[in-house]
Amino acid sequence: MKNKYAKIAFDGLITNNASFKLVLGTCAALGMSSSAIGGFGMGISVTVVLLLSNVLISMLRKVIPSAVRIPAFVVIIATLVTLLRMALEKYMPDLYDSMGVFLPLIVVNCMILGRAEAFASKQPVLDSAIDGVSTGLGFTVALTLMGVIREFFGSGSFFGIELFDFSIGFFASAPGAFFTYGICIALFLLITDNVEKTARKKRARAFRVSQSAPLPAPEETEKKEAETC
Amino acid sequence: MLTAIIAVVVTAAFSQNFILVKFLGICPFLGVSKRTSGAASMGVAVTLVMLLATLVTYPLYVYVLTPLKIEFLEIIFFIFIIAALVQMLEKIIAKLSPALYRTMGIYLPLITTNCAILGVAELVLVNDLSEIVSGSAAISMNLGFALLYALFAGLGFTLAMVLMGGVRERLEKLPVAKCLKGFPITMVAASLMAMAFYVFTLI
Repeated sequence: MKNKYAKIAFDGLITNNASFKLVLGTCAALGMSSSAIGGFGMGISVTVVLLLSNVLISMLRKVIPSAVRIPAFVVIIATLVTLLRMALEKYMPDLYDSMGVFLPLIVVNCMILGRAEAFASKQPVLDSAIDGVSTGLGFTVALTLMGVIREFFGSGSFFGIELFDFSIGFFASAPGAFFTYGICIALFLLITDNVEKTARKKRARAFRVSQSAPLPAPEETEKKEAETC
Repeated sequence: MLTAIIAVVVTAAFSQNFILVKFLGICPFLGVSKRTSGAASMGVAVTLVMLLATLVTYPLYVYVLTPLKIEFLEIIFFIFIIAALVQMLEKIIAKLSPALYRTMGIYLPLITTNCAILGVAELVLVNDLSEIVSGSAAISMNLGFALLYALFAGLGFTLAMVLMGGVRERLEKLPVAKCLKGFPITMVAASLMAMAFYVFTLI
């Protein structure tokens, strides 16, 4: 990846995909993915909060003393969520109703605090904005994908448009959410692993031809456990 | 009255189980459920904080925020109260019982960002009990019901955590495909457990 900004965006979208790779923000992912529209709405809401919180925190990073940074971040995020809640209640009452308790719970979405702590509190504003948007969009894509799968199998429709007249109750209910999420993570890891492996092989071959030196050590994929959230 | 109490207990702990039906508090469910003992400690800590948080947030909302017409600030107030409570509890436990602190202490800071705590504080802010407890008669919500709901939601949370801890102890010894290792297989196991709990929703 040549461009710095492209690398940040790629990291947020694929390499460190919040839902499928880091397994953050699971509550929202499971609770809001019963329909494609719900998943998409939740994803976009989180993206907006993430973008604004990253920008604000990045701007204030030299002002906030590091001893009280976590409470300060939480206040910023909670304020943004309160504003979002008011805006949604006024302009999108349907989405507001369908989100229910998960809307205030965006505050404790570990992904947002995680990006604030790991990225925005150390990087310039533009970088943080790109990071926020790409991480948020990665989350949105994941949620929408799960929503599409669950909605299709659960009620035979696609974004609310009825396609087939069948329904598998399993996918519309709670067990289906866990199952779909698990299978999605597994497939995501399988695909990214394979892509990485082929890329590494290609690189290794090019390296051997040019240098005739031993293979470069396989890069250890950075593994961040979601345990601390 | 008695039927309402039973309805709250069954709903909070089983038919609307926080983890397996409502998807609240999934992070500790995945993160700290590797051992049964750790899962139980986390569950007890969460139950305690849930109860204390509801004890503070519910009266605050009803008697302070609503009369002052600043209900919209609830999220900011609640998250601060929860963070402060967790810190306070940590200090108190460390002072009173160092042994308990050693077993429970490491789980306490994690609780602040647990969706289940803020979730229960938000969920009990309804006017009528039948809004959160399906099938109960229309009884106006009060602090007693809120606390009962919080207590049994916490116990249901603990139950799911302990069950998952047991399942994961076994899962670690099984040969699992590489891409399914870790979170995916845990999710599939959780799906099977959720299916068992789904039966309670049919009551």
